[in-house]
Amino acid sequence: MAEATTTVPPAAKTAARAEKAEKKPVVTLATLTPEMASLQQHFGADLIQPAPYEGVLITDPARLTEVTNFLHDELHLESLTSATAVDFIKEGYIELVYHAQHITGGAPLCFKTRVSRKDADTVGLPSLTPIYPGVEFQEREIYDLYGVRFNGHPDLRRILLWEGFNGYPMRKDWHEAYYAQDTKPYDTRWPAGNHKLDEERVPWADNVNYPPNFNPAEYTRNPDEGLYDTMYKEAPEQGPTDTPYQNTGIKTDELIVNMGPQHPSTHGVLRMVVKLDGETITDLKLVLGYLHRNHEKIAERNTWLHNIPYTDRLDYITGMPNELGYVLGVEKLLKIKPTERADYLRVIMCELTRVASHFWSIGFLLNDLGAFYTPALYFITEREFVMDLFDEITGSRMMNNYMRFGGVARDVTPEQLDKIRVLVNERFPRAIDEMERLLSDNEIVRMRTIGVGYLSAERCVAYSVTGPVLRASGVPYDLRRADPYSLYDRFDFDVPVLYGGDVYDRYRVRVLEMRQSLRILEQALAQIEQTKVGDIQAGKKAYIHRVPAGEVYSRVETPKGELGFYMISDGGQNAYRYHVRSASFINLGALKEMTVGMKVADAVVILGSLDIVLGEVDR
Amino acid sequence: MSLLGTGILKGLGVTLKHFIQTYAEDFKYIGKKAGIEPRPLRRQNPANHGMVTVEYPREHMVMPENFRYIPFLVKDSATGEDKCTSCGICAKVCPPQCIWIVRTEDPVTKRPVPAPKEFHIDTSVCMNCGFCAEFCPFDAIKMDHNYEITSMSNRQTELVFDKDRLMMPDTYHAGIHPADWARELEDKKADEAKKKAAAEAKVAADAKKAAAAATGASAAATKTAPPPKPPAPPAQ
Ligand code: SF4
Ligand code: SF4
Repeated sequence: MAEATTTVPPAAKTAARAEKAEKKPVVTLATLTPEMASLQQHFGADLIQPAPYEGVLITDPARLTEVTNFLHDELHLESLTSATAVDFIKEGYIELVYHAQHITGGAPLCFKTRVSRKDADTVGLPSLTPIYPGVEFQEREIYDLYGVRFNGHPDLRRILLWEGFNGYPMRKDWHEAYYAQDTKPYDTRWPAGNHKLDEERVPWADNVNYPPNFNPAEYTRNPDEGLYDTMYKEAPEQGPTDTPYQNTGIKTDELIVNMGPQHPSTHGVLRMVVKLDGETITDLKLVLGYLHRNHEKIAERNTWLHNIPYTDRLDYITGMPNELGYVLGVEKLLKIKPTERADYLRVIMCELTRVASHFWSIGFLLNDLGAFYTPALYFITEREFVMDLFDEITGSRMMNNYMRFGGVARDVTPEQLDKIRVLVNERFPRAIDEMERLLSDNEIVRMRTIGVGYLSAERCVAYSVTGPVLRASGVPYDLRRADPYSLYDRFDFDVPVLYGGDVYDRYRVRVLEMRQSLRILEQALAQIEQTKVGDIQAGKKAYIHRVPAGEVYSRVETPKGELGFYMISDGGQNAYRYHVRSASFINLGALKEMTVGMKVADAVVILGSLDIVLGEVDR
Repeated sequence: MSLLGTGILKGLGVTLKHFIQTYAEDFKYIGKKAGIEPRPLRRQNPANHGMVTVEYPREHMVMPENFRYIPFLVKDSATGEDKCTSCGICAKVCPPQCIWIVRTEDPVTKRPVPAPKEFHIDTSVCMNCGFCAEFCPFDAIKMDHNYEITSMSNRQTELVFDKDRLMMPDTYHAGIHPADWARELEDKKADEAKKKAAAEAKVAADAKKAAAAATGASAAATKTAPPPKPPAPPAQ
């Protein structure tokens, strides 16, 4: 919580680096796509201008709602995938960056607007929640980390940090407790790297920095006050539109129950605050941020290479696709392409991860249903084979650190490929069959899951839900087909879609997806034989990358849904802005609508069917 | 779905099968080689239907060569010297910045000497990424397999490893990384061959030069040899 005024002597090198950055590269303006052009035509070139690098800039933030309405209604950009902000401290404004897309596929349309840093938390911007309800959590995140007020937001509170936190941590002038230097590598490590513990080095070693005139003894505000206020205010009759909750006439007391953060059903440290009428849920609020470590701030300190292992720690079940999304984005900025063999290895690793992740999530869904660990263990056993392979190939079971810019870290041996073949051709199909025998017709599973946690296709799209949850509601949207990346346009596979929109169909979609992944794997394993052994890195392997100035939004389909990386480079060794659009976080936004009207035991199952990982939710 | 309850029965069949298979593997083992061979520790064989667990800590799994935990420094057992030249690359690529190196300086000339004076790795910060080993141009730092370094006391004294604690003989490295070691030896051989060829070429060139400059003043003879410089890191 240190403010910019703290005196950390800037190292000479940093100053030199800053000077270098001063010589701004020539900013290229985006070329307008037909859609952007039609937007410009409608609103005039004064309001809609091409933005630096990508997208359009809405020059008057007061008219944001008007323009967004046009995007939604006239251009049919049904879903807003990502919303974030960038702090341009030198220019003195905060830029809001939105990516909206057609649910039928294609690249997203990026639009931006600006608000001055001074006005951000007083004047603010219009909220987009009336048009895109899915943006609710993301706007709260921007408010939390950047201090931008959104007028008209239904519940604008901090989301990842606690109420009462001092400052907006993603702003460039905010320094964390053990702040050393703006960017890595730190000058204190070499050549005169006398080791010192961080705790001894920094002045505010106890990690507390009070604002002026603050007396902690007098501070009594309950940080949950705001949360409970919003829950008590809403009348139960005014539930969300799809599942209107009606009290059946018996007079009962309403009760607020905290589930979590230490609760086995929440798959980590998530807190669900539910309001109950008897056993029926009438309202639900989520409290996030227990695992928040400000991944984005760390990443902006990191060099481009440093950040690869950090992405493993986002959704720690699916390290490989996380890395892929990140390296694809940086490769786009660097304008390099990986070698053929590396590309195949990436696909193989990602699809193995998908199979493993779905095994895991189905196993734990059964745990949530009350089938304690017997089914889960069967599936974890299968996943274990994938983990073992990763251990052997990459050196670590989950924190793989396998992808590099332009390639992968290690080649696979023919024996390892054969092992994968045994898994893909024999073991996994058998295990999936067995899983279906165990679960798909099981009466208890069906009774507990069919019709539970229903969310219609329209609401899914409005909430920007992605991944198996969206496909179980009848929307055939899978980035591997909708906006193909890597080699996915080479393979023959289907995008499984089911129409129930309930927990059972989410389970079934995952099963079908695993079979499709095996299909992709079979083809990839056959095709990789045609590539040159050992050719896994394009160009020379480097540890310092000077990434040309630019901007990229790169996204991949992880087992949880769409994982997007929004990155800005200013031409240096570090990212100027790095944002993660995580599927788990945004899918959680739809949880309330799925659970209201259900029984409290169902809330656990519905949460399980979303398959969230808190590492990715809180980042 | 037909009769109510058949789904559950089918599922119970799966559970029963698993229950039996778990023991079937053990019977197979008892039948074949009990008492002759120790139980195979890496049981995660896809053809195996039974249990896949080992009884840690009584048994330890065999780690694959690429497995990485925390890094160690390699000491050349032929010369007794550490291979590290304190070039600082590992400190630069380390994502959480947990490598601290003090470079040795020549007391007279103040020029850097290619050996670290101090080398610390804060293992409580290390994220086991393996970048240091991957980017070290001198094969001087490698990833260890020993994951049992838990400490119950002070982080500063127990988990910040200094040079002595980090240093391992290269025989240890060769033992846990046989393939990597073989590659190193190969590289060394190729290097030596290259050096030899270069030296021969140089001798030939020198002879030619000497012949050409035989009549001139022998200025070269008075020139002192420059102090050994650390080998340049490879181009980025
Ligand atoms: S990269 Fe290798 S040689 Fe250079 S300082 Fe690190 S361990 Fe020593
Ligand atoms: S393994 Fe990674 S984190 Fe650990 S010392 Fe090496 S570079 Fe640093």
